[in-house]
Amino acid sequence: MKELLETIAKALVDHPDEVEINEIEGEKSLILELKVAKEDMGKVIGRQGRIAKAIRTVVKASAVKSNKRVVVEIIQ
Amino acid sequence: MSNSVETTGKTVNEAILLALSELGLDESEKDKVDIEVLDEGSKGIFGLIGSKMARVRATLKETGADYAKEFLSSVIEKIGVNAELLSEEQDDNIYVELKGEDIGILIGRRGETLDALQYLTSLVVNKNSNTYKRVILDTKNYRKKREETLVKLAERLAERVVRHRKTLTLEPMNPYERRIIHSALQNNKHVRTYSIGDEPNRKVVITTR
Repeated sequence: MKELLETIAKALVDHPDEVEINEIEGEKSLILELKVAKEDMGKVIGRQGRIAKAIRTVVKASAVKSNKRVVVEIIQ
Repeated sequence: MSNSVETTGKTVNEAILLALSELGLDESEKDKVDIEVLDEGSKGIFGLIGSKMARVRATLKETGADYAKEFLSSVIEKIGVNAELLSEEQDDNIYVELKGEDIGILIGRRGETLDALQYLTSLVVNKNSNTYKRVILDTKNYRKKREETLVKLAERLAERVVRHRKTLTLEPMNPYERRIIHSALQNNKHVRTYSIGDEPNRKVVITTR
């Protein structure tokens, strides 16, 4: 799941080296904290959060198999 | 076919022409490759002594379709689905077709995941480009089956509208799906259709004529 988010985020931003993902694993859920360079925030959020929504949709699709709730959080 | 070839010729130009033909291109398609001159060559004295052949390396440039395919295949692999990707570039459109057994996961509920993948791919493809390319992600069975389902739904609902003489509002759909509903009922003498609301919550309404 982490690798998937990483692949997507790195392809979207201008500074792929600054993409960082933190995994917080709970019993029934998995939280993925995505951190990107300040200038790249717009590239992973988009107008009205459209890009963020698409990223979440794709990550959730891959979570179907694992039976876990996956939350993608974009943090500063 | 390899993406890169090295050729020699009496002149740089000759070497380039040979490289193009080895890559399956003709002279007018020179802009599709990056050319690196490895050796200018020299005629030598009187073209006899010490002449050296010119040597070049020509590499096919990556196209939008290549970028789309690369991005999608790594994403799909990480989702854990086995799928084959076929891509084609035509004018400013890049078509990518997904084939495989497990692609239900890539389609998602009402094509939600397919649409998200399509959107992200178009962002990646257009990121460093000054021309806009439209990415269309499709799987034959999905779009076709979905169309059949929508047509059936439209007909069933139209019947209900006529029988109970009431107006029905469908759930939100994307433009492509709304168009299917509209055209399915276009020639129906008893009902008419229109859309209300703003994207992404625009809905089709079916009412009596």
